[in-house]
Amino acid sequence: MTFFFLIRQEIFQRKQQLMTSLLTILLGIAAIVSINSITSISQAAIQKELERLGTNVLILPKDATVQSYYAADIDSGELPESYVAKLSNSGVHGMDNLSPKLSTKFKIDGKSFILTGILPKNEIRSKALWQDASIFTPINSSSETCPTPELKITATGEKLLTTKRIIDTLDKNQVFLGSEAASLLNAAKGKNINIKGTDFIVAAILPPSGTVDDSRVFAHLHTVQQLLGKPGKINVVEVVGCCQKIFEGLVPKINALLPDAKVLTIGHVAETQLKTNLMMKNISWVFFILIILVGGTGIANFMYGNVNDRKKEIGTLMALGAGSKFILKLFFAKAFFLGLAGGIGGYIVGTILAMIIGPYIANIPVYPLLNMLWIAILISVGIAFLASFLPARKAALVDPCIAFREV
Amino acid sequence: MLKMIDVHVDYSMKKQTIKALDGISLTIEPGEFLAVVGPSGSGKSTLLQSLGGMLSPTKGVVQMDDNSLYDLSADHRAALRKKNVGFVFQTFNLLPYLTAKQNVQIPLMLNGEDPKKQDVQANELLDKVGLKDRENHKPSELSSGQQQRVALARMLANNPRIIFADEPTGSLDPETGSQVIGFLKELHSEGHTIVMVTHDPIAAEQASRCIRMVDGQIITTI
Repeated sequence: MTFFFLIRQEIFQRKQQLMTSLLTILLGIAAIVSINSITSISQAAIQKELERLGTNVLILPKDATVQSYYAADIDSGELPESYVAKLSNSGVHGMDNLSPKLSTKFKIDGKSFILTGILPKNEIRSKALWQDASIFTPINSSSETCPTPELKITATGEKLLTTKRIIDTLDKNQVFLGSEAASLLNAAKGKNINIKGTDFIVAAILPPSGTVDDSRVFAHLHTVQQLLGKPGKINVVEVVGCCQKIFEGLVPKINALLPDAKVLTIGHVAETQLKTNLMMKNISWVFFILIILVGGTGIANFMYGNVNDRKKEIGTLMALGAGSKFILKLFFAKAFFLGLAGGIGGYIVGTILAMIIGPYIANIPVYPLLNMLWIAILISVGIAFLASFLPARKAALVDPCIAFREV
Repeated sequence: MLKMIDVHVDYSMKKQTIKALDGISLTIEPGEFLAVVGPSGSGKSTLLQSLGGMLSPTKGVVQMDDNSLYDLSADHRAALRKKNVGFVFQTFNLLPYLTAKQNVQIPLMLNGEDPKKQDVQANELLDKVGLKDRENHKPSELSSGQQQRVALARMLANNPRIIFADEPTGSLDPETGSQVIGFLKELHSEGHTIVMVTHDPIAAEQASRCIRMVDGQIITTI
């Protein structure tokens, strides 16, 4: 006979008591696992979506709106270009790319266009949709602990031109055109176009992205600043923010850094989902506290009852030579198995629950997350240990003379 | 050798002090079979518990060989019990969820014996008490006499030098009781020291010495 055999026999001797306390902790853990599974998978989905969209945080002048940003309304205010350096040097984590821009409207042949000044090296990385989606593979960034797009130059021909070449070589007299703008201007690569009295050479036509960028004309930021007589000015900084960091409060941090700017997250669906996730995360904390209180009380109650029921048995073991350490070990080992069973059972029930209700409440398919298993076990065993501490101590202090009493 | 020197054990109950042992001095030589008799509440079981290192006296010294038992820690006393002492209880105190054999294996397990060795030894001990064929029976499936015999086998598992028996025949019919006393006599003849608390005068007659207790004091020695 081994120590663990003795525990197993004792546990199964009191099945009913065991099942009641096991159920308490199992259901609590199941609730935590299901909420966290849905939240984690939903968050990963949002992150993926935001990465697909590219820019997800906008820094605008105080009086500007998202509408004025899309309409390139230059009268809605300006920001100093030095803000970009301020952000870069701030030590605020979670900003994977900063794209300062200055936009204005112009007309050619009675047709309206938007000219946007960009810094090409900063720009291309933020425009995932400008490149074939398949060339981005999320990888884990060591510094930000969130996936960042890695540029893999697998494209050829025109696609290569719109990625590698433009990054390195957008000259001051060059522009590249969104697909719609190119079509309206009937422009091709190498053709000259005149914008506000200055001649530009079309360096490339961008592939369609399905966004507002398709109707824009892009030139070097410093050229546009010179053209508009606004040196050192921009009217937006587009930020590729790490989704997790946005969730953790990136926007307030930027707001604190740039108090005279307005910081917005874009992508309303994502924003709403982030709010839902936040709410669910809070609910999961409520469940966590409840499980500690209810589950912990259930286990403590079971353990106290067990000590009281087994006093004579404990006294007998002590009379036979068991020390207080052996008795403590006996109860903690039992708590461990109880916690382990509650954790594994809670993980299974919680995951199944999340897979059933996830598609209804978060519009996403939920799959089992293995890391949740370890979290569930850790919480469950931790609570079982905590709840068993006093009963185990009480058991170790049982008066062995009780073994001699007639019951 | 077991020795008690001016041992007092006081209980406090409902603001009253009860003297369970009142200045007991006693020496039990190795290999002795001592019976302790007396009316209920005379302090017989308290004496046994105190000698067994399980009840700290209010005053006085209890010695097992050269060790002053209550100058040792509770865990140290438990280790001494494991090595030297075996207990026989009136109500057998078998663990209800273990079989006869598993109950016998408990002291061996506490001593860290290998499970295979435990198995062999438990079989031998059950054979010795005539219950080999009941090794897989749980206590609830055994008669009182059989349960006490399993308890005797368990007590013998670590081959203790000293055996403390608290009313070993108290829950048994006369025939089974005499069988148990027969076992104790056999163990005495093998050199074990036995201290037995009993109400049964016939059982007490089998001992080499008998003390009578009243109100926590030894009043006669036969």
